[in-house]
Amino acid sequence: MNYPLETAALVIGTFLALLGAAYAHDSLFAAHMWVLFLTLGISSIVMLRRVSFAPVGAPRAVPAKSEYFDEVIKYGTIATVFWGVVGFLVGVVVAMQLAFPDLNIEPWLNFGRTRPLHTSAVIFAFGGNALIATSFYVVQRTCRARLFGGNLGWFVFWGYQLFIVMAATGYLLGITQGKEYAEPEWYVDIWLTIVWVAYLVVFLGTIFMRKEPHIYVANWFYLAFIVTIAMLHIVNNLAIPVSFLGIKSYSAFSGVQDALTQWWYGHNAVGFFLTAGFLGMMYYFIPKQVNRPVYSYRLSIIHFWALIFMYIWAGPHHLHYTALPDWAQTLGMVFSIMLWMPSWGGMINGLMTLSGAWDRIRTDPIVRMMVMAVAFYGMATFEGPMMSVKAVNSLSHYTDWTIGHVHSGALGWNGMITFGAIYFLVPKLWNRKRLYSLQLVNWHFWLATLGIVLYAAVMWVAGIQQGLMWREYDDQGFLVYSFAETVAAMFPYYLMRALGGLMFLAGALLMAFNVTMTILGHERQERTPGVAPAGLQPAE
Amino acid sequence: MSLLDKHQFIERNATLLLVGSLLVVSIGGIVEIAPLFYLENTIEKVDGMRPYTPLELAGRNIYIREGCYVCHSQMIRPFRDEVERYGHYSLAAESMYDHPFQWGSKRTGPDLARVGDRYSNEWHVQHLIEPRDVVPESVMPSYSFLKENTLEVTDVSMDLKANRTVGVPYTDEMIAEANADLKAQADPNADTSALLARYPKAKVGDFDGDPTKLTEMDALVAYLQMLGTLVDFSTYDDTTGYR
Repeated sequence: MNYPLETAALVIGTFLALLGAAYAHDSLFAAHMWVLFLTLGISSIVMLRRVSFAPVGAPRAVPAKSEYFDEVIKYGTIATVFWGVVGFLVGVVVAMQLAFPDLNIEPWLNFGRTRPLHTSAVIFAFGGNALIATSFYVVQRTCRARLFGGNLGWFVFWGYQLFIVMAATGYLLGITQGKEYAEPEWYVDIWLTIVWVAYLVVFLGTIFMRKEPHIYVANWFYLAFIVTIAMLHIVNNLAIPVSFLGIKSYSAFSGVQDALTQWWYGHNAVGFFLTAGFLGMMYYFIPKQVNRPVYSYRLSIIHFWALIFMYIWAGPHHLHYTALPDWAQTLGMVFSIMLWMPSWGGMINGLMTLSGAWDRIRTDPIVRMMVMAVAFYGMATFEGPMMSVKAVNSLSHYTDWTIGHVHSGALGWNGMITFGAIYFLVPKLWNRKRLYSLQLVNWHFWLATLGIVLYAAVMWVAGIQQGLMWREYDDQGFLVYSFAETVAAMFPYYLMRALGGLMFLAGALLMAFNVTMTILGHERQERTPGVAPAGLQPAE
Repeated sequence: MSLLDKHQFIERNATLLLVGSLLVVSIGGIVEIAPLFYLENTIEKVDGMRPYTPLELAGRNIYIREGCYVCHSQMIRPFRDEVERYGHYSLAAESMYDHPFQWGSKRTGPDLARVGDRYSNEWHVQHLIEPRDVVPESVMPSYSFLKENTLEVTDVSMDLKANRTVGVPYTDEMIAEANADLKAQADPNADTSALLARYPKAKVGDFDGDPTKLTEMDALVAYLQMLGTLVDFSTYDDTTGYR
C-alpha cells in the first residue's frame, strides 16, 4: 500500500474536523470545520482510490536517489498559474466593487471580506506557490542534490494548499484577525507554522546535502526569506484564543505596540516574501535564460546583507504622523531611504547580468518579461523610499497612491518575474522542446505591461488628487470638500484601474492557456521572432 | 577587498548563513519595537480610558469580522485639515485596550476614530442598511443583514477573560456580570446604573430601533457611538504628550 501513514493521518484529520464542527464554541468555527472536513474528506477518498495492492516486497517504481524530485515542482507550477488567475480575477472584482457598490453581495462577498481574499490570494497563494516551487527547483540544481526529506516536499506543497483553502474560506465566512496580510485566525496560523518549519527543513536539508562546495547566491535569498517569514509570522500572530474550539483570538499586543509589530510584519512580508524570495528567483532564472553569469559577485554579497539588515527597520513608515512615538517614525524613515541603495544594488546586478546579451530583449519575450520585472523592481524601490519621507507621506498616506505603489511592485516585479520563471520552467519540467507559443508570451508581456502602467498612472493621479482635496482650503479658511465629494471624484479612476487590472488578468489567462498547451505537448506553428536560426548568433 | 573574499567562509557553511541571517534580521525589530513596551512616555497619561463594555467589544468584533479597517482608519493625524474634519488628533492612549489595533491604512471612507456621538443611532442604522440612502456618493457595501442577525456570543465573559490575559484591566466583577451587561446595555427597560458605574460614559438603550431583540446591529452601533468619546480632553495637556 502506498502512503499508508499519510492516508491514515488524513482520515484522522477528517474525523477531528468533524468533532470540531460538532463541539464548536461558535457557529463560524463549526462552518469552518465543515469546510475542513470536506477538504480532508475528499483528499482521503482520493488517496484511498490510489492504493496499489502489489504484494509486499514486489519491486515498485522507486525514483532513483540521484534524480531530482521534480514532481512536486510540476504541481507547484500549475498551482502558481491557477492561484494567479484566481487572485487577479478577485482583484478585478474588488476593483469593480469600488466603482459600482451594487456589486457587493452581502454578507459573504462584501468588499471588507473580498479585499483580504484578493491580497492573500495574490501574495500568499500565487506568490507563495511560486516561491515554494522555484526554490525547490533552484536549490536542487544549484546544490546538485535531490530534495531533502522525501515526501516532506509533498507535505509542504499540500499543507500549503490547505492553508490557502482555510484562509480563503475563512475570509468569506468572516473569520479574520483584522491585521492586514495576517488575517487568518490562530488555528490556521498554527497550521502554517507547521508547514513552514517543514519547508525550512526541506530547503536547509537539501543545502546540507549539497555536492557543490559553495551555496549559490539565490539560495541565500531563499533561506533568508524562509527564516525571516517564520520569525515575523510567529511574533505578529501571538494571540490568546477565547476557546480552543472557537475562531476568536485577541492579539497579545495592543494599540501602539500592536501597530508597530503589525507593520514590522507587514512591511517585511513585502521585504522578505515579495523581495528577498523573488530576488532568489531573479538570481537563478535571469542568468539561466540569458546564459550569462551574475554580473557582480561582490555586489551580491553587499546588497544581500545590507538588504536583509535594513528592510526590518522600515516598518514604522506605515505609521507616519500616527500615535507612534516620533523617534520610531524617524528611525523608520531613515532606514527606508537608505534601503533604496541595496534595492538598487539588486536591480543593477539583475539588469547588468544581461551585459553582452541585451539583444535578447528584442528576440526573446521571456527575457523581456524578466527585464521588465527588474525595471519595475527598480521603480517601486525608488517610489517606496520617496513615499516614506514624512512630508510626502503626509499627502500619500491613506490614499490610492499607496495602492498604486503596491501594485507596481506586485504586478510589475513579482508578477513579471514569476511569469518569466514559469515560461522557463514548464518546457523543462515536462520535457518539451519549447513552449506552445512564444507569440502568446509576447502578447502576455504587452497586456501585462500596459495594464500595470495604466493601473499605476491612474492611481497616482487618484491618490494625489484625493490627498490634495482632503487638505484644500478656501480663502475664508474653510475646508473646500466634504469627504463624500472626494469619494465621488474617484469614480473615473476606479473604472480605469479596473480596466488596467482586466488587461493584466487577460495576460494571465493567455499564460494559463499557453502553459496548458505546452504541458499537453502541442507546439503552435508560428513565426518565432524570438529564436534566431541556428548558427546565426547576434554580434556582441 | 579582502573582507569580501572572506565571505566564502559563510558561503560554504549553511549553519553560519542561517544563524547570520537570523541575527541580522533580528536587530531592527528589537531596537524599534522592544522600547515601546518599557518607555513610559509611549502612552500618554489621560483621564477617561476604560475597557470596552461587553456589547461594545462584541460590536468591535463585528467591525473586525466585516473588515471595516480595510476602508476606514481610526487614526487622526495632527494636521489642520484632519483635526478640523475629524476632531482632536488620536492619542496612543485611546487604543491602549485595542487587541488588535484598528488604525487602518486606507481611507476609502472617512476616519472613524471620533465618529461616536456625531450621528444619531437611527442615522447609523439606516446608513449600514443602505449607505446611499443617507450619503448618495458612498461606495460602501450594504450591511442590512446585521439588523436581521441576532447577536450570537456564546459566553462573552470568556472574551473578557482572554482580554484580561493579554493585559486589559477587566475586574472580576466585570467578568462576573459580563453576560448580564451585554444584554442590559441595549435593553431600554434594564437598570443600567451598575453597568454605568463599571463602564462610565457607556451609551445605553436600544440602538437598532428594534427593542425586542438584541442584534449584531445593536452591538456595532454601540461600538461606533463610543469611538473617540472616552478621553477627557479638557484635562489633557498636549505638550506632555510630545515624544
